[in-house]
Amino acid sequence: QRGHSFRLQEMGDVKVIGAILSLFCTRVEWALKLKGVEYEYMPEDLRNKSELLLKNNPVHKKVPVLLHNGKPIAESLVIVEYIDEAWKENPLLSQEPYERAQARFWARYSDELVMVVFNACKSQGEDKVKAIETALKSLAFIEKEITGKKFFGGDEIGFFDLAMGWISYWLNVMEEVGDMKLLVADKFPSLHEWTQNFAQVPLIKECLPPRDKLVEYFTASVTYLRSLAAQSP
Amino acid sequence: MAEEVKLFKTWSSPYGLRAVWALKLKGIEYESIDEDHDNKSPQLLQYNPVHKKIPVLIHNGKPVAESLVIVEYIDETWKQNPILPQDPYECATACFWAKFGDEKVLPSIWRVFIQEGKAQEELLGQAMENLKFLEEQLEGKVFFGGEKIGLVDIALGWIANLTCMLEEISGLKLITQEKFPLLFGWMQNFVCTVFVCLNPKPTERPRQLGGLQALDY
Repeated sequence: QRGHSFRLQEMGDVKVIGAILSLFCTRVEWALKLKGVEYEYMPEDLRNKSELLLKNNPVHKKVPVLLHNGKPIAESLVIVEYIDEAWKENPLLSQEPYERAQARFWARYSDELVMVVFNACKSQGEDKVKAIETALKSLAFIEKEITGKKFFGGDEIGFFDLAMGWISYWLNVMEEVGDMKLLVADKFPSLHEWTQNFAQVPLIKECLPPRDKLVEYFTASVTYLRSLAAQSP
Repeated sequence: MAEEVKLFKTWSSPYGLRAVWALKLKGIEYESIDEDHDNKSPQLLQYNPVHKKIPVLIHNGKPVAESLVIVEYIDETWKQNPILPQDPYECATACFWAKFGDEKVLPSIWRVFIQEGKAQEELLGQAMENLKFLEEQLEGKVFFGGEKIGLVDIALGWIANLTCMLEEISGLKLITQEKFPLLFGWMQNFVCTVFVCLNPKPTERPRQLGGLQALDY
């Protein structure tokens, strides 16, 4: 119908170069789906990177990369903000500068926490204990932000939720592989409730990768990294 | 109601300077509060309980932390002399390069200067590669932002300030006119525009590299 084809014209040609298991790539898909933007997904084998990826992200050679009418954008949070600016319906960020600043602050914090949790996952002994401690302190700050709200964005999912989204799914896999408990419901009740609310949203759920594949991937990564650590002096 | 703008920073931090430059580019009056890195004030800890770091901007009592988040906030709050481009693609590109500066360029340069001998040689390769990417971005431009200073210039401004100081202390020349002519030229332009026209306090120079705390924030 006319409305549909006008919409497609507006969207332009949208491609996502990504890896199914990557939480950073899933963020981009969530953003596009929330905006109702149609895109072509181009899966990468990260052990054998394509010319397309290397050409479009020569600096980092990483996924995700968004291609909009052939023009590349890299870095997941930069991509999500771009998506919000390029397609105006269903805004992900508030128009108000202070709220935007808060969302951006917490999005950066979320990315730091990914590294902390992964570090806790792969570490052993004293390093693991310290990383877990750091992760728990961070989760306590995040708990405060979600207390009294359904989503970080308020009544609707927004940029802040998409940035934190990995906590609703990838975190639990890292807990399992790393043999640790971080997001315990009675310690972080509001955040725990948010993970349930967030992961149940159909658009969010349909982008989640198979859990068994994620467990397999993290197990392999952790085994490899621990073997490297065992070899170094 | 009069605007109340305060900035918690330190005398040396390049992250704090970003917020200073952004405020000065916009012509915003603000109160500067210099923190002691080893003895942080209760106000700072109250305004930034998560990181307990500077810079923190307080606008009418509300705190904003993280230097690039602050710069974007300043740009979105005060519309004169825009720092970020209007076009979404150009804006995303600027944010990408600012992030690259922080996550790759700054650590790679810092690591070169704190190592010696063979380790330094190995790290040099990585730093040079990162600088080459920046050199390419300056093709046909005066500043990374084009004709005027933009987000990327502010984000990378520490190169103009810190690298010269580190080169002088260590004797290792990283950014020369032969190797990086555009970047070298940019540093001169940036220093002229920002340090002369905007005139923050000149920095003291510590005698030993070990005593340098300029990157703590």
